[in-house]
Amino acid sequence: MNPSPSPLRGARLVGASLLIAGVVASVVGAFAYVGGWLAPDRLTPARIVDQFQRNAGVFPGYRRNHAKGVCVTGYFQSSGEAARYSVAQVFAPGARTPVVGRFAIPGSNPYAPDSSVPIRSMALRFALANGQQWRTGMNAMPVFPVSSPQGFYEQLEAQQPDAATGKPDPDKIAAFFAAHPETAAFRVWAKTAKPSASFATERYNSLDAFLFVDAGGRAHAVRWSMVPQTLDAGASTPARDPDDLAADLQQRLARGPLRWRLLVTLAGPGDPTRDATRAWPAGRATVDAGTLTVQAAEPQASGPCRDVNYDPLVLPDGIEASDDPLPAARSAAYASSYLRRTSEEAHLPGAAREPETER
Amino acid sequence: MNRPTSLFSLPARVLHWLMAAMIVAMLFIGVGMVASVSARHAWLVQIHKPLGIAILVLAVVRLAVRLRRPPPPLPADLPAWQKLAAHASHWLLYALMIAMPLIGWAMLSAGGYPVMLGASLRLPSIVAASPVVFALLRHLHTWLAMLLFFTFVAHLAAALHHGLIRRDGVLSGMVGGRASR
Repeated sequence: MNPSPSPLRGARLVGASLLIAGVVASVVGAFAYVGGWLAPDRLTPARIVDQFQRNAGVFPGYRRNHAKGVCVTGYFQSSGEAARYSVAQVFAPGARTPVVGRFAIPGSNPYAPDSSVPIRSMALRFALANGQQWRTGMNAMPVFPVSSPQGFYEQLEAQQPDAATGKPDPDKIAAFFAAHPETAAFRVWAKTAKPSASFATERYNSLDAFLFVDAGGRAHAVRWSMVPQTLDAGASTPARDPDDLAADLQQRLARGPLRWRLLVTLAGPGDPTRDATRAWPAGRATVDAGTLTVQAAEPQASGPCRDVNYDPLVLPDGIEASDDPLPAARSAAYASSYLRRTSEEAHLPGAAREPETER
Repeated sequence: MNRPTSLFSLPARVLHWLMAAMIVAMLFIGVGMVASVSARHAWLVQIHKPLGIAILVLAVVRLAVRLRRPPPPLPADLPAWQKLAAHASHWLLYALMIAMPLIGWAMLSAGGYPVMLGASLRLPSIVAASPVVFALLRHLHTWLAMLLFFTFVAHLAAALHHGLIRRDGVLSGMVGGRASR
């Protein structure tokens, strides 16, 4: 009945068994390598998020960075002018797109005083009528400190508080800056930057470059900014109270909506798209894509932004990633942060819990 | 020697090898993309989603093929525990190749993400947005991927055992080599 020779015996059986064991070991080994288990030095999303936790502790349920923030809602009214460069429905003439956003400050501590950092951030989720989404996270600073995920991780490591003093070691920070000259432009800005007492008066920049894709399939390298239409002393008045920013936002919104213009800057020939530490030269062509109107704010614990991961690679048709290496790393790390905080929300075994004695 | 009953049907063999390549690629893509912060992360995620839906569609077709054209019987002299392991692992593989894409789809839905298969092709959400449901499904996706991987490894080892050691025609029934001569 059997079409093949009889079962193997003796030395050939041993040889065949070893061959099978070798195949199995190779497949399992390749899988473990690709998954990072055999490559502990590889920079993974989990290592970046772990470093945030080492620097500031674990605050269950909160984002691992930009932990302190407030939800806002409003809409984006397209001017139609960006439609020449991108087929994204959000830029179509007359399009009005609902937005769920979030203002925040960098750092992992959701109770940090607003004066602790000079940077403010705006994250937006545009819900397009066709069901696609555009998510973006912008910062109120002119350039990013580093250009690569590895540089970002090394910066986090350098900022880790010393076990003895509870503060970052100035020597380690100096060594980091010395090893990363690309941080120079950011440091020049940071030297004079003051923590603003208002989210409303800040200009928020994508810093990273993306590609707009037009109806002809042509790609245009761009960066974008949300330029405030609220022009008062807010930006130059340093924050005093730990929670100045949220209070200021509520007061302003009680008087009326706040507006920003979405300014899209088109790269000139040779402008760096893969280096967020370098600003593009002034005078580049810009497109006024439309107006963001923020109508209401809600606390992040109960507001609509709570469960939104502002992953910068959630992009609609007509906007694509460029060769800038940071958005992919942000996307990967945000996913890790999002899984941790939703696991904490779900009280899954192994997820961090709020200490019962605190708060 | 012509033993047509020992050979899997042609559609079954084509689907088996096509899906084997897709599923193994999918497992490596999945485990690689969540461990990467480079540009690889982004393009692996972009492949992962449409490939998963393609596997789901093919798995349904394959299930229909299997029900219409049953596979050749296992060798009569195969020990009972090995027969049981073969049948159980085959049905586990079918269950996972259908469940994994559905869990991935449901997980993205629960996370509030648009389920994009390409620049503009979007699938509807199949679960209401919920962080708790997202977290549960996201972990389930990982653990079942590990189960799928080790089931695949066992399947591979068993196939080689049949082909190299027992030499009982089970492997050639799927390869379509000697048995079809």
